[in-house]
Amino acid sequence: MTIYADNAATTKMSRTAIEAMLPYMDKIYGNPSSLHSVGQKANEALTAAREQVAACLGCDARGITFTSGGSEADNQAILSAARLGQRKGKKHIISTAFEHHAVLHTLNRLEKQGFEITLLDVHENGLITPEQVADAICPDTCLVTVMYANNEIGTIQPIREIGAVCREKGVIFHTDAVQAVGHLHINIREENIDMLSLSAHKFHGPKGVGVLYARKGIPLTNLIEGGAQERGKRAGTENIPAIMGMAAALQEACGKIDSTSAQISALRDKLIAGLSEIPHSVLNGDAVRRLPSNVNFCFEGIEGESLLLLLDDKGVYASSGSACTSGSLDPSHVLLAIGRPHEIAHGSLRLSLSEETTREEVDYMIDAVKDVVSYLRSISPVWRDLVNGKSNFVIQ
Amino acid sequence: MALYSEKVMDHFRNPRNVGVIEDADGIGEVGNAKCGDIMKIYLKIENDIIVDVKFETFGCGSAIASSSMATELIKGKPVSEAMALTNKAVAEALDGLPAHKLHCSVLAEEAIKAALEDYYKKNGLTYDPTLFPNCANCGHCCKADQCGQ
Repeated sequence: MTIYADNAATTKMSRTAIEAMLPYMDKIYGNPSSLHSVGQKANEALTAAREQVAACLGCDARGITFTSGGSEADNQAILSAARLGQRKGKKHIISTAFEHHAVLHTLNRLEKQGFEITLLDVHENGLITPEQVADAICPDTCLVTVMYANNEIGTIQPIREIGAVCREKGVIFHTDAVQAVGHLHINIREENIDMLSLSAHKFHGPKGVGVLYARKGIPLTNLIEGGAQERGKRAGTENIPAIMGMAAALQEACGKIDSTSAQISALRDKLIAGLSEIPHSVLNGDAVRRLPSNVNFCFEGIEGESLLLLLDDKGVYASSGSACTSGSLDPSHVLLAIGRPHEIAHGSLRLSLSEETTREEVDYMIDAVKDVVSYLRSISPVWRDLVNGKSNFVIQ
Repeated sequence: MALYSEKVMDHFRNPRNVGVIEDADGIGEVGNAKCGDIMKIYLKIENDIIVDVKFETFGCGSAIASSSMATELIKGKPVSEAMALTNKAVAEALDGLPAHKLHCSVLAEEAIKAALEDYYKKNGLTYDPTLFPNCANCGHCCKADQCGQ
C-alpha cells in the first residue's frame, strides 16, 4: 500500500486539468501573439482562462498576470509594492515571522536595500490578529504581506479583517494564498485583498504556472523584461497548456470546495485524534482555524528525517520540518516561529491529505506513525534520559 | 530513496548493536539535541579488546546508519584499532554519504573516541587528551552559537 500524504508539497494532477491541457500541445499550439488563426485561437483560450480564473477568485480579469508559479508571484508582488512605496518615500513593510521563503527572502533583499521590515509574532497557535497589523502600520508603511494559510502548519489568518485594516489605513495588502486557493472560499473583492499569489500545482493543476493578481492602480515592476506579453509586465511566450490546465483545475476545485473540505477535514480530525494518543506529542498550529488537509505534529525524543524514511518504507509519503530534510542546520522556521524549541522542531511530521485520502488510509497512517515513533524512541538516548528523569519533557 | 546508498539504508533499517550495556567500561555521548543529532556509545572492554559495543542514536537516517557501521567496525577489535577509526572509514564502509551528511560519520568517530576516553579515565590509564574530540570547538555538528556544550 502507498499513501500520498504530502499534498501541501504538491498534488496529483486531476484528469480534468490534463484533458484541458492536451489540445494546446499539438492542435492549438500557436503563439498567442501571432496574427494567424492558430495563434489567435491560442489567444482566445488565454483570454478565456484569464476570465475563468478571475471568476473563481472574485476579481477583475485585467488584474490577473500569469507567472511561473507562487514564488515568482510573491517576488513580483512585493518588489512592485516596494518600488511604489519607495517613490513616495515609504520604506516600511509588515509581514509575519513564518511566511514562505519566497516572501521572507525577498524581504531580506529589500532590507539590505534600506527598507525596514517588521515581522509580526505569530504566537503559539500560528495566528496573528488584525490589531497587531493596525498597531504596526506607520506613515512609512507601503505594504502588508500576510500568507492566507501556512504551508507547514495550515493555520488560516483573518485575511478579510487584516485587509480591512489595510484599506482603512491606505496600505497595499498582499497575501500569499498558495496553500489556500482551491481549498477555501476566497473572494478578492470582498476580502479587501489588493494583491494575491497562487500556484496551480497545489490544487491538482500543473507545476510551473501560477498567478499574480494586482488590483487596478498598482503598477507591477517587471522581473522579466522582453516582449509585451501580460500587458508588458511579464515577458515570455505564455505557457498556454499549463495556463489552460490551471484554469480547469481551479474551476473544478472551486466548484466543490464545500463537499471536499467537509470530507477532508473529517479525516484530518480523525488523524489528529489518533496521533494525539502518542504520549508527549503536540499538534502544531490552531486546531480549528486550519486547512482541511493539514496535520502537523511534533514528537519528543525523535528526529524527523528517520521518521520520514521509515514511514516511506511503510508506504506513507510525508514531510518534516527537520533540519536534516531541508539540507540546512536549522529546523523549520515556521516551528521556531510558533515557539517550538530546536530539539522539538527536529521531531516534526506533516501529513497533508486530499480528497483521495480514505478512512482506511487514515487508520493505517495512525498505526504506522505510532509504530515508527515508538521504535525510534526505543533507540534514542534523548528519550531514555527523558523517561529516566535525567531531563525534563518539553511536551507534556 | 536515492538520497542514500543501499548500505546506508540497510544499516538504517536494520541497525546492528542497538541498545545499552548496563555495566559498560566506557560510555561516550556526543552531539546536541538542538542540532538534531545525539550519539551514545557503550563499550565492554576485556584484555584491551572491545568484546561488546552498543549504541543509541537520536538523529537522521545517516546518523543511525553511521552509528551502526562504526560499532560493527570496532567490535572484537583491540582498543588501539578503535582509536584509529576515522570518519572517512565509516563513510567508506557505508558506500559513501551525501556531502551534507558527512558530519554524521564524524559524530560516530567522536562518539567512539569519547567512550574510549571515558574508559581510560575510569581505569586511571594515561592517554593523550589531544587525540580526543573537544565539543567546545568542534563545529562539526552545528553552529557554535547553538551548541550548548
